Amino acid sequence: MAFESLTDKLQNVFKSLKSKGRLSEDDVKAALKEVKMALLEADVNFKVVKQFIKSVEARAIGEEVMNGLNPGQMVIKIVNEEMVSLMGSETTEIELQPGKAITVIMMCGLQGAGKTTTTAKIAGKMKQKGKKPLLVACDVYRPAAIKQLQVNAEKQEVDSFTMGDNISPVNIAKAAIEHAQKNGHNIVILDTAGRLQIDTEMMDELKNIKENVTVHQTLLVVDAMTGQEAVNVASSFNDQIGVDGIILSKMDGDARGGAALSVKAVTGKPILYVGMGEKLSDLEQFYPDRMANRILGMGDVLSLIDKISEANEEVDVEKEKEMARKFKKGQIDFNDYLDSMKQMRKMGGISSLLGMLPQTGISKDELEDAVDEKQIAHLEAIVLSMTPAERSNPKLLNPRRKNRIAKGAGVDISEVNRFVKQFEQMQKMMKQLPGMFGGKKGRKPFGMKFPF
Amino acid sequence: MSEEKKGFFARLKSGLTKTRENFVKKVDNLFTKSEIDDDFYEELEEILVMGDMGINTCEEIIDELKVRVKKESIKDASLCRNILIQSIKDKMKTPEDAYDFEKDKCIILVIGVNGVGKTTTIGKLASKYRSEGRKVLIAAADTFRAAATEQLEEWAKRASVDIISAKEGADPSSVVYDAVASAKSKNVDCLLIDTAGRLHNKKNLMEELKKMNRIIDSSFPDAKRENFIVLDGTTGQNALIQAREFADAADLTGIIITKLDGTAKGGIAVAIQSELNIPVKYIGVGESVDDLQKFDSNAFVDALFDVTIDSEDERTEQ
Repeated sequence: MAFESLTDKLQNVFKSLKSKGRLSEDDVKAALKEVKMALLEADVNFKVVKQFIKSVEARAIGEEVMNGLNPGQMVIKIVNEEMVSLMGSETTEIELQPGKAITVIMMCGLQGAGKTTTTAKIAGKMKQKGKKPLLVACDVYRPAAIKQLQVNAEKQEVDSFTMGDNISPVNIAKAAIEHAQKNGHNIVILDTAGRLQIDTEMMDELKNIKENVTVHQTLLVVDAMTGQEAVNVASSFNDQIGVDGIILSKMDGDARGGAALSVKAVTGKPILYVGMGEKLSDLEQFYPDRMANRILGMGDVLSLIDKISEANEEVDVEKEKEMARKFKKGQIDFNDYLDSMKQMRKMGGISSLLGMLPQTGISKDELEDAVDEKQIAHLEAIVLSMTPAERSNPKLLNPRRKNRIAKGAGVDISEVNRFVKQFEQMQKMMKQLPGMFGGKKGRKPFGMKFPF
Repeated sequence: MSEEKKGFFARLKSGLTKTRENFVKKVDNLFTKSEIDDDFYEELEEILVMGDMGINTCEEIIDELKVRVKKESIKDASLCRNILIQSIKDKMKTPEDAYDFEKDKCIILVIGVNGVGKTTTIGKLASKYRSEGRKVLIAAADTFRAAATEQLEEWAKRASVDIISAKEGADPSSVVYDAVASAKSKNVDCLLIDTAGRLHNKKNLMEELKKMNRIIDSSFPDAKRENFIVLDGTTGQNALIQAREFADAADLTGIIITKLDGTAKGGIAVAIQSELNIPVKYIGVGESVDDLQKFDSNAFVDALFDVTIDSEDERTEQ
């Protein structure tokens, strides 16, 4: 999970503050020295760190600390507030043209930053919002780039537009927009070529596209693993071609990702999304305030809720009502169990969800041990080894059937027994606590609880 | 200075131009203007951190400097410059036996995260060893990325060396096994193994790497082993974590830093060597074959700080 180490570090600092009761000026300085080290180790730009520490210090030392509040709380509050204001105080979305007008988005970035993958991820997001995106292959240099974009477009079930590698990117862009007008696409995303480093040739090509077609949004993809350099990359693109938003890629590969903090501060451009994995759905909205909370170890509960509601939107409303009714009566069956497993997976698996909850003093490793994804896969295999009749009527399960299921799922019979027993207990529990499940509005955290 | 040495030096310097421009200007300003006080040290820290050297390494270097300044009662900031350079040089020393493998029969496993330039580096190494008259074999064990094998075949053709490859999606360990067997039977001097890029926090992919490492160990225990991690020079402190994680999976014997021409800094090289004690063995300062250079700590640090007297290189502000 990104920011993990930074979170741990800051939490250790604050732990020592909490135990002291009152904060002296020296305490604030000592604490902020640790904060500074942690931020620098996380690749936050040095100048940003300095500025940050200064503003926190200025606020923390003096009357605000002296006026009798819990000193630890006070520093956390100030650090949090300053961090939020540093990262931009509100969420920004990709600005789309009103009505049916076509929005043209141009992607840019250095070689290997992850432009093509991000392009497909954005298209997926747009499709979810009911738009009709068109992916355009303007990277005519890298041999597999066109193919990669086509394959990704297919996976996302959106259209792509290519003209091979003999046409200039400007002409491809022009033709693509015409194509979009004819075919009713309302979003055109141009995937451009990257270079090893910032060179004039690449910048000229991008400028050329911008001069010849109307680009509404220019998005810069920055590899989150980049060090102090991330800020330089962002500012040179911004100065030379103008950037409207930034996307941080490869955030899953990194424990820190301090670049998120500095890029916004130095360029003044918002971070729109963060790429969190190799799957095409692993693109998350960037919420500055939530991210700040997450860095401080307060958990990203809001982001969690967001993910859940997104997954819930895909659930059939009728089905959900039905589910709520079943919950009340304690009549859930194994089909419901399978459904909720599917939903869970859409949200990135259980450990991904747990990682977003506030720190509980349990380390991530311990968490992973406690929630064994393999175990969950076993349970799913058990359900899948049942006949449809068994799934909808758990009462059918007798020893002979259980034996067959165990063989089918490749698990021991005891595991099947335990699972079925837990399931029955859960049903009972639901009957006893009718008010807790299936409230008036069907926005329950997981759709249902799990038997483990 | 010999002709060859100068050639290397010039190339290294031209590759590191950007590094120098930003880095050295700041350092020079610092050492000519400031007095030795807290501000001086803070500014120095800023310069080193901005160069991606990492906070731990910076503090170490600065602490050493402080001790010497106190001990020798240094009052003049300009004297600190040489002390600083020497201290970084000491940290960057390449062990004497670092390149012994180049004389023996050796197997070189090249690993790293995605997109750092592993395949290109293998191509460059193959040309280099081939031109030194050694019998080279390349193993294309990146069976995951679509065009990886084709890319490597092109490099093998250019260097006129043999290549062992398999279909896309094949078990990389089987490629390694075949390549080692072939290297043995053909009496190859140097076997270069390319692997798929993997993020250091993906457990199963790191296990796959361990397996490849074990296979080489067990099927050709007599060969001299080198495990090189390739790091992107533009990466920040994460490069340290990468090196640590990969060292856990396979004993790293050396580091290759690429794209040093693309970044404004080269400081991560200092951080890695001083914190992990894994020597940098090659650096990539450009895109052509000759731009992969044996790492020379003295030349590197001198070029970094622009120590040589070179008329065309006179700094403008002086």
